[in-house]
Amino acid sequence: MSVREFDVSVLRDTVEEMCGRLACQLPGDIRRAVEQTLEREDGLTAREVLEDLLLNYDIAAKDHIPICQDTGMIVAFLDVGLDVHFTGDPYEAIHEGVRRGYSKHLLRMSVVKDPLRRVNTGDNTPAMVTTRLIPGDRVAVTLLAKGFGSENMSRLAMLVPADGEEGVRRFVIDTVAHAGPNACPPFVVGIGIGGTFDQVALAAKRALARPLTESNPDAYYAEMERSLFEEINRLGVGPQGFGGRGTALGVAIEVLPTHIAGLPVAVNINCHVARHYREVL
Amino acid sequence: MARQGKTIRLEAPFSEEKARELKSGDRVLLRGTVYTLRDAGHKRLVELLKRGEEPPFPIKDAVLYYVGPSPAKAGRPLGSAGPTTSYRMDPYTPYLIQRGLRGMIGKGRRGVDVIDSMKQHGAVYFAAIGGAGALISETIRAAEIVAWEDLGTEALRRLTVVDMPVTVVVDTEGRNLYEEGPAAWLSEHHD
Repeated sequence: MSVREFDVSVLRDTVEEMCGRLACQLPGDIRRAVEQTLEREDGLTAREVLEDLLLNYDIAAKDHIPICQDTGMIVAFLDVGLDVHFTGDPYEAIHEGVRRGYSKHLLRMSVVKDPLRRVNTGDNTPAMVTTRLIPGDRVAVTLLAKGFGSENMSRLAMLVPADGEEGVRRFVIDTVAHAGPNACPPFVVGIGIGGTFDQVALAAKRALARPLTESNPDAYYAEMERSLFEEINRLGVGPQGFGGRGTALGVAIEVLPTHIAGLPVAVNINCHVARHYREVL
Repeated sequence: MARQGKTIRLEAPFSEEKARELKSGDRVLLRGTVYTLRDAGHKRLVELLKRGEEPPFPIKDAVLYYVGPSPAKAGRPLGSAGPTTSYRMDPYTPYLIQRGLRGMIGKGRRGVDVIDSMKQHGAVYFAAIGGAGALISETIRAAEIVAWEDLGTEALRRLTVVDMPVTVVVDTEGRNLYEEGPAAWLSEHHD
């Protein structure tokens, strides 16, 4: 097996381009979900809100202006083939791509260097990068531009095994109801179940990166996604929390093995501006 | 605009009398002057007032817009400019309402202290559509920094808006669309 030399400038330039695309062009799966939400909505107020959202996506794409002023913090999932050898530092390449992309496309710089002293880094870096080794000689990069109105409404709980599926469902529903109008519904709801305290949150984030057109490959969890979607859309929160059916655009569950004593669950809420793109290099 | 039915046109700033005419659920097209202020700016404004200094803009009858806009393109006053989540401003808001603040534009729930203060002093809480920053930006005709330029996106700005679409969420009687809207939907869909 030969080693592939990979110049990190390719990664840098890809990230730069993706930052502009994330901010200004809503992914097709999310847009279709908003359109389907509109088709199912019968209330005038809710329909008007959804029509304005669709109009906003059009203006943003046409004028190349951010869909939302919170152009987010970049979350990067970097999958690296075992046969890849990087020429240069791939982490610095991602940060430099973010730096260039946010400046070039006039995006908002929303990152502070320190959580308590709160000085803005001025270039929206660093990105939050998670790396995984995979077979082969390709590099795949998935980026989310995560807004914090919805990030702030996300929650994690260390349930116990006796809580079971019912306990998980209750926690998800409570979290979504609590997020309500604060997190810009309709939402994409990313759920992690299992693993450890740290990994369950990451699983919920990975769930948000999955296209809405895909279900969990395990039929048990695919059915749970479907039934949670229906239950959330009976809460009545509706678009922007003004009342309506359209509270969720989709529900995605990612699961991990866990300990005999535990049942970790994390719910990561994404607003309707659920910005995610993936490129394989 | 994809708006239908009755719409109220309102000029900002506006009086307590006007505020008391607005009802939860009303759709409003706002024009005139609004000031942008969010987390860091609220902290500075309230600290300054508590020191007994003059505020950098007239608070009486003013409307605040909770927004941190993205940078402007050439020839545009502002970039994307939708609302940020309002509850983070709650610790400062009753103090400003006591000093005459008339309206707030944001998104999401407000605390009990804020709503009590709104009822007492006749102030209104509007929601703009969260995540519609490009659409809202088109209704902003002018923007200038009034104070605290060092705060960047969080600086205090004076905006001139024309037909900015907002919805009355909490009115001066404390009626709340975030409670009544979902409750109405549930009562119509109790299948």
